[in-house]
Amino acid sequence: MKAEGKIRVWQDYQKEIADDHYFYVRSCIRQNFFPGSEQTFLKILRTELGKDIYENPHHTTCSGIGYHSDVVPFDTIQTIVARQFALMTEAGYKNLAASCITSFGIYNEIIETWKEFPSELEKVRNFLKSATGREFEVPQNVAHASDIVYKFRDDIAARKKFSLINQHTGEPLKIVEHIGCHYSKMFPSKGVGGAEFPHVLVGMIESWGGEVIDYPERRHCCGFGFRQYLVMSNRGYSVSNSRKKFESMEPYIPDAILCNCPGCPMFLDRWQYVIEEMEGKTFGENGAGIPVLTYEEMAGLVLGYDPWDLGLQMHQTNVEPLLNKIGIQYNPELKYAGKDGKMIGKPMMVGCGW
Amino acid sequence: MELYQELTKDVRFVEGLNSCMNCGVCTAICPAAEFYDYDPRIIASIVQSKDEKRIEELLKSETIWYCGECMSCKTRCPRGNTTGLIIMALRSLSQDLGYFTESEKGRQQLAIKRVVGENIVYRGYCVLPENLVPELHPEQGPVGEWIYENKEAVYERVGANYNGEGEGALRKIPQESLDEIYRIFELTGGFERFDKIEYFSKKKAKGMGFIDPEEVYPDYVNHIYSTNNGKHSRQ
Repeated sequence: MKAEGKIRVWQDYQKEIADDHYFYVRSCIRQNFFPGSEQTFLKILRTELGKDIYENPHHTTCSGIGYHSDVVPFDTIQTIVARQFALMTEAGYKNLAASCITSFGIYNEIIETWKEFPSELEKVRNFLKSATGREFEVPQNVAHASDIVYKFRDDIAARKKFSLINQHTGEPLKIVEHIGCHYSKMFPSKGVGGAEFPHVLVGMIESWGGEVIDYPERRHCCGFGFRQYLVMSNRGYSVSNSRKKFESMEPYIPDAILCNCPGCPMFLDRWQYVIEEMEGKTFGENGAGIPVLTYEEMAGLVLGYDPWDLGLQMHQTNVEPLLNKIGIQYNPELKYAGKDGKMIGKPMMVGCGW
Repeated sequence: MELYQELTKDVRFVEGLNSCMNCGVCTAICPAAEFYDYDPRIIASIVQSKDEKRIEELLKSETIWYCGECMSCKTRCPRGNTTGLIIMALRSLSQDLGYFTESEKGRQQLAIKRVVGENIVYRGYCVLPENLVPELHPEQGPVGEWIYENKEAVYERVGANYNGEGEGALRKIPQESLDEIYRIFELTGGFERFDKIEYFSKKKAKGMGFIDPEEVYPDYVNHIYSTNNGKHSRQ
């Protein structure tokens, strides 16, 4: 295909990402497991890039996990989402920035539903008005937080203190990426690169000096499956799907897994520990696990932030092998220190097989 | 009640089923089909047949609870169907009619309602650090246990605002906002869904021999949360 043809085809896989003035909505899962990532995202936007991003303390869960485990009806989640939009409208913002992939998928699903079924929009406007007295405008732009980091990846690269280069070999680090299913599988046009060629994490990895490793099960679900993890007796589904991915990526000896979804990095981190406990099997180099990072954690490392400020001590699978390869200096004594510098205690065991 | 007609009242069903040609691409891509004895192609085929008896069997079956709602089927279907959306409509109807208690997997809805559902209404979150009790979440490992036992200090260290006023991760959601969420649940059928889950689950608990004078049935909840008859997976 001629170059201009490729460019034309690729245009179908682009999305518009607002440049500034974002209304930020948090993720339930990330607040529990990766609060440092949300903190880092806001710091990068405000401090490094000088962007305006506003968080209203009155915003709530979008109720997405309840919706996708089917205890929350569609009318209810539509109205809760409309309330988030009302808070955005009242604050004078038009660009929504979602921390969560489940929420991002839901915002897109609901906005598309309102386009297809205008009666649903009218119904929801009435519900919201009756329940809260609020009114709302539909956002002009809905971006996932990873879209925004992708948009400014080269600005971050321009400020980098470290590259994704193995300091021992001089070679680019080999990174596998995992995109959350609800980022673009439902609405391919809403994600950078669509569902088939998601570029959102690839762009970051390449901009920061790393090399993306393709592997057969790259697009397979991590196995969250909502009710398939929430209920203890269903978790075999979850670990089995993660395992399928680990087995698929193992031959490529990745240095790290990079994720843009709230649940995926937690599952890919914790299930490595579980599989090692159950079977003694590990998937990384030298009998260790493969470090799993969020894109904000990766951006923070590139910008030279302290790994423990980023929250990397909340990972079960050790991140130190990756830090050592990048050449990041860190104080292991402070890994489990609190804000005051005193030890919080220490996990009984960290890592999986290392 | 005509079950097929009921399904067509759900916009997700309307969006999810156009015209299935039984090609099976959804099954090929489906993470649930790989793990469970599950075939989304058959789900689409049954509802498309409009066979009331088979739809009723589906609503009472284990099958409709196997999907993980990852929506991988949406991307691949050459006819634009989404079995995941059909599943969501089937699960809603199954709960409306009380059929969900006829299957081991369906009965789990009570446990999800009691934790995730009530978190949403009364705390403004789907999931909370307090839920991650190590005995119920052994997969969280020693680090998860360390976080659970040192919640305040760990969350403070990484910049969260756990149970604090104002903005930030894990902040306390203001009561007036929770009141709005409560009224949204009242008006939009959220509490009606909760009440049906509770009503039919308690009826089932009694039928299965669980006894609780206060009608909360914690033993039943523990049972549905942890029981697996071992017959669900693809052999």
